[in-house]
Amino acid sequence: MSRLLQWLDERLPVTATYKRHVGQYPAPKNFNFWYLFGALSLLVLVNQLLTGIWLTMSYVPTVEGAFASIEYIMRDVQYGWLLRYMHSTGASAFFFVIYLHMFRSLLYGSYQKPRELLWVFGMVIFLVLMTEAFMGYLLPWGQMSYWGAQVIISLFGAIPVIGDDLALWVRGDYVVSGATLNRFFALHAIALPLILVVLVFLHLIALHEVGSNNPDGIEIKKYKDEDGWPLDGIPFHPYYTVKDLVGIAGFLLVFCYLIFFMPQGGGLLLEGANFEAADPLKTPDHITPVWYFTPFYAMLRAIPDKLGGMVVMAMAVGMLFVVPWLDRCKVKSVRYRSWWHKLNLLQFACCFIALGVIGLMQETMLLKVIARILTLGYFGFFVALWFYSKREPTKPVPERVTFR
Amino acid sequence: MRRLLTLLLLLPGLALSADGIPPLPTDLGNADLPAMQRGFAAFQHYCAGCHSTHYQRYNQVATDLQLSEAQLQSSIVTDAKPFELMENAMSKQEAVRWFGMAPPDLTLVARVRGEAWLYRFLHGFYHDPKRPFGVNNLQYPYVAMPHVLQDLQGLAEPIYKTETVDGRSRQKVVGVGAAQGGQLSAEAYDRLVRDLVSYLAYTAEPMKQQRQHIGLWVMAFLLLFLFLAWMLKKEYWKDVH
Repeated sequence: MSRLLQWLDERLPVTATYKRHVGQYPAPKNFNFWYLFGALSLLVLVNQLLTGIWLTMSYVPTVEGAFASIEYIMRDVQYGWLLRYMHSTGASAFFFVIYLHMFRSLLYGSYQKPRELLWVFGMVIFLVLMTEAFMGYLLPWGQMSYWGAQVIISLFGAIPVIGDDLALWVRGDYVVSGATLNRFFALHAIALPLILVVLVFLHLIALHEVGSNNPDGIEIKKYKDEDGWPLDGIPFHPYYTVKDLVGIAGFLLVFCYLIFFMPQGGGLLLEGANFEAADPLKTPDHITPVWYFTPFYAMLRAIPDKLGGMVVMAMAVGMLFVVPWLDRCKVKSVRYRSWWHKLNLLQFACCFIALGVIGLMQETMLLKVIARILTLGYFGFFVALWFYSKREPTKPVPERVTFR
Repeated sequence: MRRLLTLLLLLPGLALSADGIPPLPTDLGNADLPAMQRGFAAFQHYCAGCHSTHYQRYNQVATDLQLSEAQLQSSIVTDAKPFELMENAMSKQEAVRWFGMAPPDLTLVARVRGEAWLYRFLHGFYHDPKRPFGVNNLQYPYVAMPHVLQDLQGLAEPIYKTETVDGRSRQKVVGVGAAQGGQLSAEAYDRLVRDLVSYLAYTAEPMKQQRQHIGLWVMAFLLLFLFLAWMLKKEYWKDVH
């Protein structure tokens, strides 16, 4: 065994890579609960890739066959229902863990120098993930699949001059049709997962180059022992592999409960209207996107102008990209920052969640007004951050990591 | 009046809500085997001529509901083989000619509309001479479907309420009365409806029982796994700090 490893090592950096990224990767020893979600998103990614491959084996990407093939998977394929529920619940789980993972970065300033590129890679992953989920949602070819895609793609039509041609180019037809289904399947099953895996690889390489941040927001590389090992660092394996295992078990308890006991999740994981095959001649009474898109959807609806709504929606994601340069504070972690920052983060999270809830509800005049206020709160986070962060009163930062 | 009183005395559990439809049974759509079997037989007899359930196969139903080959054969209303999908007996062209539209496939109707909706729909027919088949529905107004179970339930008269809109008074249907002239008692009809809902809930997700059964084992395993992982973590982390 050791001779085989030696043979390999002379030709491929097997041991060196393992040591650099797992066995001797120095992780700060004060990671808390919030640091689980990176590992969990990797787990969900693997779940989506594997179940996706097996679903592809029985799925038929045609207008005539798509809806029936899903029911074929649910009924005639051995444990096909399990694969399908794992995939559909996994989509929601992906966004759940990614949102918490992103918020963790906001809490502890993990986007600040030198981790700007790491954050930007993460944001590109988020963007690709949204596209991936949107395209995947068309594939069951249910009523909500069809009309959701119809509504969202038609938004491109609001772009001046090139809008209509762009929407036509995306759909491959004048309405959502078999051409759209085919290309969405190709992108969902091949192109976007490939891009996603490459981006996740880059995200991890960038992380291991600069090293992990921690709840105190201080660099553990500052104090090293004579061997060059950070004093506050512990090897990722076995310490964090066993710790993540606990997190994974806890996560799986919730995830599997949903799969086995409430796969529709009260309409949040699978919408009732999507159990009816797509009918281009019959518009559903109430078209809503899946919950993970509703914060952005609520912003879109709150703006009276179609183009304006689209710009606001795009900005809502776009602003996140530039957070590393908006935050001019030298202190990273929320623990040592001002009350202004704490309140700002809190109101940002509240606005995002409240927008998500409103996006699920039928539109009323009152909700529209509330959604506008919440949209202001969402964007206010970025504006306020830029203003107060320059001369923010901060608490003294400890030299070494703390546990609490 | 005397009939109504007798009815109320006989059926204390069948109190009517404000709109005349019985309140939802708490066990609606339960996976009760005899109820699902009766529901399947009734569905095949009264519904399957027009409504397909064509994502489901006959032999799957037979296996899940523990039907004998003879029972299954007697429930197939077309010339289909047991391994085939459950199509209806009527072509789409005929359906459009007779009803104005093809009756929808009902395999997944319990997931699309919900069990409560189905229960109220089957209890919601009332007499309306202006409609092509002489009936309308409280749950689904202007539905194109005739009241197929009218011989069994009888026909209910609507309950009106006078509303004043923009100074003009208008009559609005707010409920259904007691059905008259049916072969079944109100209680027996209610049981038929509950059986049909049970069967439709089953056929919308035939693996539901298997899913929950496996789920219990999965949860038990994960609890054990969580415990072991926690112990392992504690052991490894003893020397950190």
